[in-house]
Amino acid sequence: MEIKEKLIEKILLFIALSSISILALIAFFIFGEGLPFIWKIGPHAFLLGERWVPSHGEFGILPMIVGSFWVTLGALLLGIPLGLACAIFLCEWTPPLAATFLRPAIQLLAAIPSVIYGFWGLVVLVPLVRTYLGGPGLSILSGSVILGFMILPTIISISEDALRALPPYYKAGGLALGATHWQTIWRVLIPAARSGIVASIILGMGRAIGETMAMIMILGNAVKMPSSFLDSARTLTTNIGIEMGYASGSHRQALFATGVILFFIIMILNSSAIVLSRRRVE
Amino acid sequence: MRSNRLRYVTQSVAKILIWIAALSTIAVMILILFQILREGLPILRLSFFTQSPKSMGREGGILTPIIGTVALTVVAIIVATPLGVGTAVFLREYTRESRISRVIRFGTDCLAGVPSIIFGLFGFVFFVIYLNMGWSILSGGLTLAAMILPTIICTTEEAIKAIPYSFREVSYSLGGTKWQTVTRAILPNALPGIFTGIILSVGRSIGETAAIILTAGSSLVMPTSLFSPIRTMAVHFYILAREGISMEMAYGTGAALILLVLFVNTIANGLLNRYIRHRS
Repeated sequence: MEIKEKLIEKILLFIALSSISILALIAFFIFGEGLPFIWKIGPHAFLLGERWVPSHGEFGILPMIVGSFWVTLGALLLGIPLGLACAIFLCEWTPPLAATFLRPAIQLLAAIPSVIYGFWGLVVLVPLVRTYLGGPGLSILSGSVILGFMILPTIISISEDALRALPPYYKAGGLALGATHWQTIWRVLIPAARSGIVASIILGMGRAIGETMAMIMILGNAVKMPSSFLDSARTLTTNIGIEMGYASGSHRQALFATGVILFFIIMILNSSAIVLSRRRVE
Repeated sequence: MRSNRLRYVTQSVAKILIWIAALSTIAVMILILFQILREGLPILRLSFFTQSPKSMGREGGILTPIIGTVALTVVAIIVATPLGVGTAVFLREYTRESRISRVIRFGTDCLAGVPSIIFGLFGFVFFVIYLNMGWSILSGGLTLAAMILPTIICTTEEAIKAIPYSFREVSYSLGGTKWQTVTRAILPNALPGIFTGIILSVGRSIGETAAIILTAGSSLVMPTSLFSPIRTMAVHFYILAREGISMEMAYGTGAALILLVLFVNTIANGLLNRYIRHRS
């Protein structure tokens, strides 16, 4: 009996460890393919090179880094105010009828596959941008708008949790001091839920940087430094997504090296979000 | 000091803006569904689901992609459920806050944020090449399993956390061992929660594209074994739309995909609501 119990405990420990060893395996294999390549051509040439011409052996990913940066920034500009507003709406003055519509809508936004977002962007948003603002339509602007909606569920659900976790006397105290409901929300509740809200934004940012399929369909994928919001662009993820299908040799290694950079960025974002939300719990 | 009136004007403006934000979120969701269902629903005849795609997907139906979606999802769930539930049981029942539990929790939290294209790269180099499984149902399913693992761990943990401590006390007082407590008192009561996690994971598997295209390939040939390459509905939809093969078929596939996701999501929510009401 005793032995059986010990054995089961060991097996469960083994299962738990193998679950997280997946993360280690991912890091090991992607770094194994990508790091030697970065080492070979030099981190400087790889990260700051402006030309990506795999057939000529030129592998600079600066345009993709810049592309990822602008698209993510655009998505956050839309996603943060909208997400925070929805979170406040849900926790603070929810008229029951409206909440019955908003909550399922957010759940659906989270459930819709990214290819559907990409397709919708392609057939609805891109022509609108092309007609009214000019340019190819396949642009950073279109990508940012779609991505802004894609990260909404992440921002809303985590900020809402943060707001709900506040002790009720914060709100009562604000109102008792004669502040209006809005002043209480803006000056008391939001600052108090700060770390959770920031964590939600960071996680949303991670999602935005990591999104691939929708961006392949909307951004136009041109490899050049974007000069305006109406320019087509390529991100780190779409670079991998588009070329992985046919790449081989050092071209493939270069795509894994792109993955290494992406993995780094995501890990930094994830760990800071985790640390922030831990602090909230304590 | 600001006048009283200004404070209330600010409040009204803020309220209006927040209403606009909430309504536009709902509107965008409706616009997306409306556009795809309006164009896609007329294409969904019975034959669309029972025929294989012909001439790259220009004609015929989506039978093979449906089989692909089901096959990959089943493999992923079968692999990830025992791993995820085992991990959650270990975290909740076999260890208190310790270094090892902190490491495991940090690892699963990080895994949850890894983008799907990274899972795709990993699955490609590990399952497809290193383990020599090729582009196949197995490679794709195992990659998906890694992606849904955090969801299953998290929902199972929540479900176990919600079980009152008295359940354990009763089991121990009857002379039950730890394992008997887990299998007879904890897991049966956590079952609805675990099931919800599985359904949520099914939803994610159905919509996943980037990781699958790199690990399961995009073959339209009817699969014969776990080692056959396969195309899922989401990948089929992507290829039809992106390569401009057939907008009509793309809309049809997209509508089918949305209906499936809606269906799975409704089940998950229904379960979740019933479960929460049952608990409280």
